[in-house]
Amino acid sequence: MADNVEEDSLDRIKEGDYVVLKRGDIFKAVQIQPKKKVIFEKQWFFLDNAVGQLHGSTFEIASGGILQPRKPKDTESSTDAKEAGTDNRNIVDDGKSQKLTRDDIENLKEQGLKDQEIIQQLVENSSTFSGKTKYSQDKYIKKKKKKYENTVTILKPSCRILAMMYHGRDPGKICHLRYNMLAQMLTLANIHAGSKVLVFETCAGLVLGSVMERMGGYGSVIQMYPGGGPVRAGVESFGFPAHFHDMLHEFPICHVNALLAGTLDTTAKDPDAVPNQSDLAAEEEQNPPKAEPTGSPEEIKMEEIKMEEIKMETNSGADDGYNPAKEEREKRIEAKAQEKKVKQEDKRKKLASAAALLEGRNADGLVIASRFHPCPVLMGLIKFLSPSRPFVVYSQYKEPLIECYTKLKELGGTVNLRLTDTWLRHYQVLPNRTHPLLLMSGGGGYILSGTTVAEDQSKRAGSRRAEELAPKRLKVEDADG
Amino acid sequence: MSFVEYSDLIQNGDVAIVYLGHDSMMPVKVQQGAQTQTRYGVIRHSSDLIGQRYGSKVTCNKGGWVYVLHPTPELWTVTLPHRTQILYTTDIATITMMLELKPGSVVCESGTGSGSLSHAILRSIAPSGHLHTVEFHQQRAEKAAEEFKEHRVDRLVTVRNQDVCKDGFGVTGVADAVFLDIPSPWEAVGHAKAAMKRQGGRVSSFSPCIEQVQRTCEALADQGFEEISTLEVLLRVHDVRTLYLPMPDFGPDPSAQTWPDAAEIKPPASVVLKTTTLPRETQGHTGYLTFATKPRT
Repeated sequence: MADNVEEDSLDRIKEGDYVVLKRGDIFKAVQIQPKKKVIFEKQWFFLDNAVGQLHGSTFEIASGGILQPRKPKDTESSTDAKEAGTDNRNIVDDGKSQKLTRDDIENLKEQGLKDQEIIQQLVENSSTFSGKTKYSQDKYIKKKKKKYENTVTILKPSCRILAMMYHGRDPGKICHLRYNMLAQMLTLANIHAGSKVLVFETCAGLVLGSVMERMGGYGSVIQMYPGGGPVRAGVESFGFPAHFHDMLHEFPICHVNALLAGTLDTTAKDPDAVPNQSDLAAEEEQNPPKAEPTGSPEEIKMEEIKMEEIKMETNSGADDGYNPAKEEREKRIEAKAQEKKVKQEDKRKKLASAAALLEGRNADGLVIASRFHPCPVLMGLIKFLSPSRPFVVYSQYKEPLIECYTKLKELGGTVNLRLTDTWLRHYQVLPNRTHPLLLMSGGGGYILSGTTVAEDQSKRAGSRRAEELAPKRLKVEDADG
Repeated sequence: MSFVEYSDLIQNGDVAIVYLGHDSMMPVKVQQGAQTQTRYGVIRHSSDLIGQRYGSKVTCNKGGWVYVLHPTPELWTVTLPHRTQILYTTDIATITMMLELKPGSVVCESGTGSGSLSHAILRSIAPSGHLHTVEFHQQRAEKAAEEFKEHRVDRLVTVRNQDVCKDGFGVTGVADAVFLDIPSPWEAVGHAKAAMKRQGGRVSSFSPCIEQVQRTCEALADQGFEEISTLEVLLRVHDVRTLYLPMPDFGPDPSAQTWPDAAEIKPPASVVLKTTTLPRETQGHTGYLTFATKPRT
């Protein structure tokens, strides 16, 4: 029993936790912050009352946006109708069946009636409800419930929930990667604890976070990132324990060529990266440290606080208009330069550690899901894999993957190449009313998967010849077909 | 070698996957002194395999060659000896995500069958999770246990030879996730619930027939499971092809405004196109996957 209490305390919602709000099939990832107004499904509320409650709890939203824990099982109550019709021959759509007006309903809401009670009112004031079939009544209640529902469930984040959330809310942010395609990728890439995996993604960090979840903090993940810094807002939403971030490394793809050529120098600073004072002063305005997505949230927060302090000091100093203020400002800029230097050093160390992981060219897996042309990405990064290791490339479009496929066939060094997509259909399962849902996802993108094998020099020439011959054979086939 | 951990070199006692060609692979138990016959000739384990790097090309005596691959649950799924119908990677991937499997998860599964899903579960929950797998067929249970040992995952799994519908999973209050692939899953829903942690967890059932799904969903709802959802997922394999599409010749076009020498340039007789085709026939159904959440109790 004591054990249970302990387990429960781990399951309680704490301030700062990353959670997912859920209502029906709608999800939203948020962080628990005091007095922070959250807007979800056109309703606003505060999460303060969730603190101390168990993950997975459902709350009612009371007036003033206050959350109140819902008593268990007061949802299924007495809207069971006594009467029901046999078919819809007497149901006429004249818009007059509901006697309550919109204003009446709004009034009921303002009186603080629960969703259940409002639905009861709607049913009582519907002239046709009792004439509907039992099935139709169920459907009516279900529909109204959805409309007047006033509850929210708070969940612990997981790859499943976040993948469904992104796919439902913001598919553009994740290159339209459907959740079950992400599932395919994680499995086809054999992501597991203790391996060394390369990830290149522009899916807000969802793919990276999912890979990290599957590795459970064991092994290493190297995020290969384009541009100025790695983007991984989605990783925060997973709410990983701090030690998970120890396995995460990052490497800018702009250094890949240098690394492959063995010319990447990670011992000295980049000459052009050494900050000078004037740059820094300007940067204070343009690029506050919080905009940099590197570092853990704690670090970022610390830095924000520091920045705030600096700003406040600056302001008070400027008001006085004394020289010491100016001096202080210079001092601060110097301190900032020092800080920047430390950061540069930090960055260099990070680069060096990621480079060290990559140099052996013995990674165990490669996962690509981005808006970039996958072909150069794949050709560049596949070189870091050991032989006999899986790789997966996701693209929203098929054509770039055809190009990847062709190129890999030409170069050799891979087997089991497969270009696939999946078809996903959900079902309504009810007694005597089971059928596929009327809407289904039209497509979830495409995946090219395969396995690396030992590079073979003689294969290159040979395979190219085979490639030239292949179309002729196909031509004959097509003519036959 | 282990199914949950990569190694670089092939060692005596390993299970390796021999890649013979497109869609043609077979598992080989690597043994000092042993030989394996393939259509390209013989593979001599001592000289061709042991000490070689996984992913190496092995030339057989008839001049053909094969690649030797490190085993993964996915390669195992397409090469394992079938003792039952098995689950394939497309369904397995969906199950793994929807059951929220990760390192440390405790999972109950029934039936074990040929162990296709079991290996994938083990890969996902290692190094700290555990799989309790229940199989009512004695030989199948024994064979599975033997394979887990050969694949060096036995410390992560307990195989029980019993009827899950009658005797349950042999554990209570420990599982984060339960998977059912049995003829009458509705009879095991209560046992599934009992096996799960009181904090709750995820359950999944795989059934080929919709009538099974109906009864299972009803049983899940009766037992207080939430978020009950049934889906079907199918794989589509796109075959990459190079096409030569012949172009029609409508003869010279007098109305077209062309330079005099343009008449010399004939339109191409055909156009080359890289595209894909879908197989003429493909798997149209494997089974319905039902998922649900057990709330905290």
